[in-house]
Amino acid sequence: MRSKFQALRTEKIPRGLRYMAGAALVFLHFPLLIVLLYAFTTERRTYQFPPPGLTTQWFGELLARVDFWNALGTSLQVALVATTLALLLGTLTAAALARSRFFGKESISLLFILPIAMPGIVTGIALRSGIRLFGIEFSYWTIVIGHATFCIVTVFNNVVARLRRTAYTQIEASMDLGATTFQTIRYVILPNIATALLAGGMLAFALSFDEVIVTTFTRGTEQTTLPIWMLAQLVRPRDRPVTNAAALVVIVITFIPILFAFRFTQDVSET
Amino acid sequence: MANAARSAPRALNIGQQLSRFFFLHPRLVLLLLLALPLGWLLALYVLPLGLLVIQSFYRVDDFSGVMVRELSFQTYGALFTPSNLEIILRSAVMAALVTFACALIAFPLAYYMARFAGKRTRSLLYLAVLLPLWSSYIVRVYSWKLILANEGVINWLFEALGLGGVRDALLNLPVIGGSSLSFSYLGMFFVFVYIWIPYMILPTYAALERVPRSLIEVSGDLGARPGYTFRKVILPLAFPGIVAGSIFTFSLTLGDYIIPTVIGNSSFFIGPVVNTLQGTTGNVPLAAAFTVVPIVIMGAYLLVARRLGAFDAL
Repeated sequence: MRSKFQALRTEKIPRGLRYMAGAALVFLHFPLLIVLLYAFTTERRTYQFPPPGLTTQWFGELLARVDFWNALGTSLQVALVATTLALLLGTLTAAALARSRFFGKESISLLFILPIAMPGIVTGIALRSGIRLFGIEFSYWTIVIGHATFCIVTVFNNVVARLRRTAYTQIEASMDLGATTFQTIRYVILPNIATALLAGGMLAFALSFDEVIVTTFTRGTEQTTLPIWMLAQLVRPRDRPVTNAAALVVIVITFIPILFAFRFTQDVSET
Repeated sequence: MANAARSAPRALNIGQQLSRFFFLHPRLVLLLLLALPLGWLLALYVLPLGLLVIQSFYRVDDFSGVMVRELSFQTYGALFTPSNLEIILRSAVMAALVTFACALIAFPLAYYMARFAGKRTRSLLYLAVLLPLWSSYIVRVYSWKLILANEGVINWLFEALGLGGVRDALLNLPVIGGSSLSFSYLGMFFVFVYIWIPYMILPTYAALERVPRSLIEVSGDLGARPGYTFRKVILPLAFPGIVAGSIFTFSLTLGDYIIPTVIGNSSFFIGPVVNTLQGTTGNVPLAAAFTVVPIVIMGAYLLVARRLGAFDAL
């Protein structure tokens, strides 16, 4: 996409703007660099800066921590299943709302934004009582239900935007040429929305993988996702070095889907 | 014979029959498509949210501690006691200040990205904003525990620059100060700003990016100095974007319960209070009444935001 401002690029950049923008960037990334640094510190008890020395031994200790790997496993599973559900529900919603017009349509799309627009604590409590209402026991699956609910909107947003941009004539042509609804979906619609599904799905995955607040309300007593594990680690001072190493690992893991999603949205020149 | 066969309607296979049926009944298709996701959302989220609001009109019996399922304003009477009002006010003021600071810090970066960065720089900057936004919330909160610790990098910086006195003066300030940076409103404020600022940068950038170049040119052609154009043309057009961002920063700060628990002094905010009420002490009606507060505040906020055109900027 060509920038509307491109012709003005030769214009002088106001003094100070560059510095302020730079300062904001530093503010955004400095804490992440601190996490990187502290993962290697030799100091065990305090958060001493600068670190007295650097070591990689904490990653070895983290490797031996079964609870960390179990939490990571739970998080990946929850995110995978929740994303799958969100893909299904979000795509259905997008298909329904992309081109139709009916009374209350705006309210329906607002409803789907609600779980993510409301403060996490509200969404968490609402989901908790919803799950209770159906007499479902709190478990791994109730975490999935909660995550899927607030992930629907990321898939919906991506897919509905793509469907609105896809020329409807393509679908009409397919039907005119004798394709059935299912053939049209398979050969025309799905290839068109594939990258939107991928981008929406990856954002949903990242959202689920990272979620703390809703998870504390919807999990059973046994299940620990990675963010819940991290939260518990914060009150275990003896574990500080391992927590630091885990923090870095978590950041690296969450960066991967984001970089992928970014690449895919860039490829189709969409933001 | 061949002609007769041709004129008779061709037998449709099941897929074709279904396609014809779908084509002839668009409303039914709409219903079929929406049934599952909308049913899911209504049953698991919207209905319980409504029940939550109703529960806030129930009350807990003072003696037995059992929830009485009769509608009354008694719980709201308990909600609007001075100490609870203070919690609500504290949360709202924190949310407002965080929102203001986010707008202030986000704008220059968004403006630089939209107006002066080349295509490549711009997409790199975009990624630089997205990465913290999507990287682990809990780890980013934790990073500030490292930064704000007494032996941590901020204090080291203060000492290295010979500004230890300034820090102590800040911490000695009434209200915002505290025993150390990681146990003060000031520290909590920084963490809130840091965690939610990407939500401000993105809509502000999107609004600035949509300002037509011709509008800026015409303002200049008509004799406006750059500063004047900025105030009278660019800023008003970017404002809905800032309001859109403020919806997120305000709502997220208002409802957060991790940051006040992990960082900050032990004073109460809405989030931790609700968490305690619905958990250990078990006063569900009061917890419900407390959650109605952010719902009402956000409802009002959204109405104002819509008037200011924020929804078109989302």
